[in-house]
Amino acid sequence: MDKRKEPLIHITKRGAVAPGRAWAIRVGAIIAALLVCAVVTTLTTGINPFAVFGAIFEGAFGTNRKIWMLLQNMAILLCVSLAVTPAFKMRCWNLGAEGQVLIGGLATASCMILLRDALPGWLLIAVMVISAILAGAVWAGIPALFKAKFNTNETLFTLMMNYVATQLVAYFVILWEVPKGAGKIGIINQNTQIGWLPQIGSSKYLLNILVVAVITGLMFVYLRYSKHGYEISVVGESERTARYIGIKVEKVIIRTMLLSGAICGVAGLLLVGGTDHTITTSIAGGRGFTAVMVSWLAKFNPLMMILTSFLLVLLERGAGEISTNFGLNRSFSDILTGIILFFIIGSEFFIQYKVNFRKTAKEEK
Amino acid sequence: MFDVVAFIPRAVMQGIPLMLGCTGETLTEKSGNLNLGTAGVMYVGGICGVIGAFLYENGAGASKMNGFLAIAIPLVCCLLGSLLMGLLYCFLTVSLRANQNVTGLALTTFGVGFGNFFGGSLIKLTGSEVASLALSSTSNYYRASLPFASDLGWFGKIFLSYGFLAYLAVVIALVSSYFLKRTRTGLQLRAVGENPATADAAGINVNRYKYRATCIGSMVAGLGGLYYVMDYANGVWSNDAFGDRGWLAIALVIFTIWRPNVGVLASILFGGLYILYLFIPSSNFAIKELYKMLPYVVTIIVLVLTSMKKKRENQPPASLGLAYFREER
Amino acid sequence: MDNRIPAVKMRNITKRFGSVVANDKCWLDVYRGEILALLGENGSGKTTLMNMLSGIYFPDEGTIAIDGKEVVIASPKDAFDLGIGMIHQHYKLVDVFTAAENIVLGLPGKLDMRTASAKIREICGKYGFEVDPDMKIYDMSVSQKQTVEIVKVLYRGADILILDEPTAVLTPQETDRLFAVLRNMRDDGKAIVIITHKMHEVEDLSDRVAVLRKGQFTGDMLTKNTNAQEMTNMMVGRPVALNINRTEPEDPKPRIQVRDLTVRDMEGTLKLDHVSFTACSGEILGIAGISGCGQKELLEAIAGLQPVETGDISYVESDGSEESLIGKDPLDIKKMGVALSFVPEDRLGMGLVGSMDLGDNVMLRSYSEGNSVFTDRKKSYKVARGIVEYFDVVTPSVETPVRRLSGGNVQKVLVGREIVNAPKVLLTAYATRGLDINSSYQIYETISEQKRKGVAVIYVGEDLDVLVELCDRILVLCGGRVSGVVDGRKTNKREIGAMMTRLGGEGRG
Repeated sequence: MDKRKEPLIHITKRGAVAPGRAWAIRVGAIIAALLVCAVVTTLTTGINPFAVFGAIFEGAFGTNRKIWMLLQNMAILLCVSLAVTPAFKMRCWNLGAEGQVLIGGLATASCMILLRDALPGWLLIAVMVISAILAGAVWAGIPALFKAKFNTNETLFTLMMNYVATQLVAYFVILWEVPKGAGKIGIINQNTQIGWLPQIGSSKYLLNILVVAVITGLMFVYLRYSKHGYEISVVGESERTARYIGIKVEKVIIRTMLLSGAICGVAGLLLVGGTDHTITTSIAGGRGFTAVMVSWLAKFNPLMMILTSFLLVLLERGAGEISTNFGLNRSFSDILTGIILFFIIGSEFFIQYKVNFRKTAKEEK
Repeated sequence: MFDVVAFIPRAVMQGIPLMLGCTGETLTEKSGNLNLGTAGVMYVGGICGVIGAFLYENGAGASKMNGFLAIAIPLVCCLLGSLLMGLLYCFLTVSLRANQNVTGLALTTFGVGFGNFFGGSLIKLTGSEVASLALSSTSNYYRASLPFASDLGWFGKIFLSYGFLAYLAVVIALVSSYFLKRTRTGLQLRAVGENPATADAAGINVNRYKYRATCIGSMVAGLGGLYYVMDYANGVWSNDAFGDRGWLAIALVIFTIWRPNVGVLASILFGGLYILYLFIPSSNFAIKELYKMLPYVVTIIVLVLTSMKKKRENQPPASLGLAYFREER
Repeated sequence: MDNRIPAVKMRNITKRFGSVVANDKCWLDVYRGEILALLGENGSGKTTLMNMLSGIYFPDEGTIAIDGKEVVIASPKDAFDLGIGMIHQHYKLVDVFTAAENIVLGLPGKLDMRTASAKIREICGKYGFEVDPDMKIYDMSVSQKQTVEIVKVLYRGADILILDEPTAVLTPQETDRLFAVLRNMRDDGKAIVIITHKMHEVEDLSDRVAVLRKGQFTGDMLTKNTNAQEMTNMMVGRPVALNINRTEPEDPKPRIQVRDLTVRDMEGTLKLDHVSFTACSGEILGIAGISGCGQKELLEAIAGLQPVETGDISYVESDGSEESLIGKDPLDIKKMGVALSFVPEDRLGMGLVGSMDLGDNVMLRSYSEGNSVFTDRKKSYKVARGIVEYFDVVTPSVETPVRRLSGGNVQKVLVGREIVNAPKVLLTAYATRGLDINSSYQIYETISEQKRKGVAVIYVGEDLDVLVELCDRILVLCGGRVSGVVDGRKTNKREIGAMMTRLGGEGRG
């Protein structure tokens, strides 16, 4: 009677895990997530889940146009994800991508509106590119400056900057609204197409896709092989070690956040100058937050992010199809996305830890 | 002319959801869990209350509604919904030690989606012309104020014109403050958030504390969602109307330097800043957009100021955002 | 006497961390009214074994019996209920709480700080401690924190006490006081286990010794029946020579000149107060002092990591010309040949990055060389392999994250990396902290070899016995001021210990 119960479950940390095994666990988690999604779908809507999955694929790949849209959305999401990655690797939680994209877009739009009569087309585009990059960089640089100087919590600072950016855009949208009272700007320079980024080939999305592909490659090399990338890893893993070996942590934080914001600015530029040719408060469309998950799910590996951004865009694009096919609300895809994310997030545990159940071997002997 | 008597009640009503969200998030953060899913939790709290109210209103019929049930059913639904969200967050971050930021954001995606999906479905069910769902009968119970409040002039308007949830919010905030500062459980909860290894070595069940604090915190935050729909919005649910209040609640936690009693006044201040633009006599709509920036700018300023001062007692709980594993080495 | 029922009886205890076996079928008996010294090199599993007794870890195999009854200790709470209390090496205290709040943490009942404070004062009176119950932990000195830890355990009525290297951070005088208290407690009938690897402490204090080696129990005996050499042999497994080859300095010339150096830390506390000294080439200058009295700041100031308020630090060339290091970039100072190898309390906290592999960690020192924007990984892996070979670092490969290495091996990588760049000045702090005896002597030999090569070595150490044997001159710091410089060949540790606490009434001794 003195013998107390041994704990039923006992958890230990695993040593090295073979990458194959890790990916097997992740894929298993996604399959389990899809099963749960299927059950939830049937329970809440009474619709055959396979029809829903079918519709998702239909929505994503159904027509040429849909595939282009998928690629375009993926490109922008990937771009924002690449932007936040160096900051995350440094353990600097830049949750302000949303605002940085918006500000980049705002800078682009304001160039297009204010300078359309002053500059020739090619020069205007050059100015747009520079100002979008600068605007994004500044928007990320402000929290970075305070983070570096006073260790101000960057998660919350960048988060707040999103809303400041949103209101700033809202202000200019009303200032420049066309026509007066419409509450929106409409297509900028519709007739002259001044300041529109050039179209490559037959699709207006190709340019964006190519630009992001180049950024992906560069970011991969930057993080893995460059001295800057190495400094980012050291600062992220141990700030004290970084200081000890003489890395100027403040400089690295600011530099990396500037880079982060600059790439967000590029995303804003591509959205406004490349495809939308207008600006609203919702052009970033929550990608700043989705990007956090894309980046984290890919373990901050730019190449892996191609996969993870594809997964999330697939769900999002499919959702539109669901809502038209079944008369469901678009938000249903958020629920599905949430469920899938929960499973993937949870699966990391089984990669890093081992669960040991109480040994019953003794009794068996 | 700036109408203070009209402004203050509006600010208070705007501030109550923030107050509840802030108190809930403070309790959560004191256990070392940074729940960025609060926005999602508040949505779920709100929609669950709406579902409960909808079922009861349509089941009983507006005329035969019982006051107690009209309040209790949405309340229980709201608490249950937000409790489940809290449990989900805890399961992932405490039991499975997942990254808190990512889990929180996923929870927000899920929660907002959940709210809008069911909100949208209910709206469709009613076949309403407008994209919203009105539960005015239930709302009337929630908004009932003391019968003599309206006889007391400005005093009644400013202090007595609110539904019971508003007063409950203040009570919860003050009780939480007392709990954290003066009780043994509060002391131990703070120890868990500051230094879980120490708390563990002292025989405190770290995981249990994290679970309880986060779940109770989520339920409190969920009430914020319920208050918003049933009282502030007069029982009208429309998708995305709750907006960014969840994030503002998280901002408030920092603004109040993790003190729920400070939150009582601070949230009303935030509420005031949030709606200040409505009271600025100007026909320039563009400028009004800039006024809406104020609460965020103020939060940023406070965030910067506290980080500059570096007073030990004003810093975030030391292990905020970190998972705890006893056998880490 | 072994007919007594042991207070603690551990049998066949096995604990694994991943592929590392920390304890392998360990035995241990602890009796009441007795102080047991648990002896073993670092990494021999002493702390792990005791952590299982105090409920921090859970054994994979084996049984524990308390007073003859078999028990399961699944959590620290279970341990408390059985009267077991452990004082950890890294204090488990909440910084922003007061002493009293920390002491009552985890206890049941209503929170009543006044009664708690009274009871704390009573315990202090009984055993001769001094604790202010209302003082915040972040305002306390190390020794005060330790006292709070001990009171915490006693407050809970523990009668089996475990102390993990309690003297590591104390002055000799503070150690004496601690030992007096421990003897009081023993005479009070408590069972006490003290984890240590300092032989003289074992001889001073303990009644019985138990020795662990590589996670295995190698034997126990009465202290009076054994001696230092025998115990060392049991710890190491083969006879070890315990002396350091100290040669006379050859042609010492001033290399680092420190004049009137004053340094304040981030909070504005005075850390170094008008410190002046000279470090010479071909010589080991030891620095002694109780922990936190400015050693760290001194080394960091020389390495350019710590802003200097007033005073000067100069690097003296062989031809006698001087160059001031003040205001120079740490990287530039490093390029001048000043190497800093600082082993912090948590080895991985500074100096190394736990999740990176050996090659990347070696690269920490050299990555910025050259004009390329890319890093040269090939070269650092080569250097890493060299260090592994030279120091016998036990690692699966140079691509293994250093976090997976044992403490001693981590340290070898750290020290090896600093030496590999052939410095002119070598600054080391706590280079053998937590190392086993063999590795320690290997490090002492490496440092002496650097000295023979003409390097100016500044050695900050904790173990006074070693300082006296290794260093040519010893600078003693007390509260940020120099209380004297002594000749390593003519002094003894009592003299140094006294100097560490004696100066302008600031000593706490």
